Amino acid sequence: MKFDHYSIPQSIALLQRHCRSVTNHASRALAPCLAAVLLFAALPGRAEEMLVSAAASLTNAFKEIGAEFEKSHPGTKVNFNFAASDILMKQIVEGAPADVFASADLKAMDSAAQQNAIDRSTRKNFAANRLALALPSDTKLTLTSLEDLKQDAVKRIAISQPATVPVGRYAKAALDEAKLWGAVEDKLVFTQNVRQSLDYVARGEVDAGFVYTTDAAIMEDKVNVAFEIPTPQPVVYPIAVTKRSKQAKLAREFVDLVNSQAGQTILQNYGFAKP
Amino acid sequence: MLGDALVPLLLTLKVASLATLIALTFGVAWGFLLARKPFWGRDVLDAAFTLPMVMPPTVLGYYLLVLLGRRSWVGQWLEQTFDFRLVFTWQGAVIASAVVAFPLAFKAARAAFEGVEHQLENAARVLGSNEWKVFCRVTLPLAWRGIMAGGMLAFARAMGEFGATLMIAGSIPGKTQTISIAIYEAVQAGQDDLANFLVLLTSVVCISVLVASGKLFPKQF
Repeated sequence: MKFDHYSIPQSIALLQRHCRSVTNHASRALAPCLAAVLLFAALPGRAEEMLVSAAASLTNAFKEIGAEFEKSHPGTKVNFNFAASDILMKQIVEGAPADVFASADLKAMDSAAQQNAIDRSTRKNFAANRLALALPSDTKLTLTSLEDLKQDAVKRIAISQPATVPVGRYAKAALDEAKLWGAVEDKLVFTQNVRQSLDYVARGEVDAGFVYTTDAAIMEDKVNVAFEIPTPQPVVYPIAVTKRSKQAKLAREFVDLVNSQAGQTILQNYGFAKP
Repeated sequence: MLGDALVPLLLTLKVASLATLIALTFGVAWGFLLARKPFWGRDVLDAAFTLPMVMPPTVLGYYLLVLLGRRSWVGQWLEQTFDFRLVFTWQGAVIASAVVAFPLAFKAARAAFEGVEHQLENAARVLGSNEWKVFCRVTLPLAWRGIMAGGMLAFARAMGEFGATLMIAGSIPGKTQTISIAIYEAVQAGQDDLANFLVLLTSVVCISVLVASGKLFPKQF
């Protein structure tokens, strides 16, 4: 053993030094970690937070309205959950802590109402939109009607899942009405929401995709609208405060802002129409 | 309902089997190389090969979409030469699964090769075997169990692959809709009966495959 060569006081000194250095090392590494953890844990929470569940097609417009809302309500934070309307509806019915629900069609909102998940008195249609066929901007195809989707040159068409996404339902209804669903079914690629369809079109992975005119406008440089598609039912967006909202007052004020002139102007800047 | 379940199940088995085959081929080759030949940058390469296991599948899907999509040079080459698109095809799903499963096959193979006694290989060399013969008759048989264990893990991972597959192969019923995507869609659409059935079916199939593979590759020594 090393200690044999030391006298007792020397050994004690050595041990003391060694042990101190060990603890020093530990505390040197531990202290910042601990400090960081404490810091993160102690980060001030916002005074008030609310969650708005909104259809994916509303992403850009609602973010702007949210910023507007935070400006007029200092200390309040508006969080968003953007997804396909039916998914949001199901989350809310299952107890997701959303305060406001904005859907891209009446069906999703009706289901929420039937399952007693929204405050019916706050429900209102706040915007309208149009369905369009979008093509990649470098496409060589010229499509002028739904009938043209039957062309062999059109190999893949993006459409949102009709079972869960309103834009998919609108598109399927239009294809059904034109008696074309069977003819193009083999070309369809089903997506989880309208923005995924838009992304596939923008990347040129599909030859065409069903989106709203407002979505196509966001990617003007990468996506062209071939034509607008009349839908059997108009594309209307309803909004409502949820039944379980713990911030019902704030939620109502958010809905009011969406319906107000200021909110409507923002929506119109993104291409939404009045309902 | 059985028809609804059978098509995605068979597709998943096909995709997972091919993906495992690809992952094993590359995994064994690279595993052997990295286990035996020290070279500059070996650790970095090992880390890069392990990346698909640590990265979120959606990130991987995005990479693949950018690398293999129609506007990438691979995608353009495929379309011009073979009039073939990788995105939204089951072949795309195979590639996604193979990439995700590769690290499992590779890691296991490398560890297995490293565990093979050099003396046994040298003994074979002394007895006049060339390198290829040493590999086929000595090294590979000795590493076989480890490699197969990796292969099983790779197959299991490929069966369950979801994120990258959804991004690159999409969800086309009967063509690229694997069982995990079919389950996701069924749950989203509120078809709980179908979802439950699919989940049960996958579980039974996976357990059978794993048990059968255990029987097929019994302990050798």
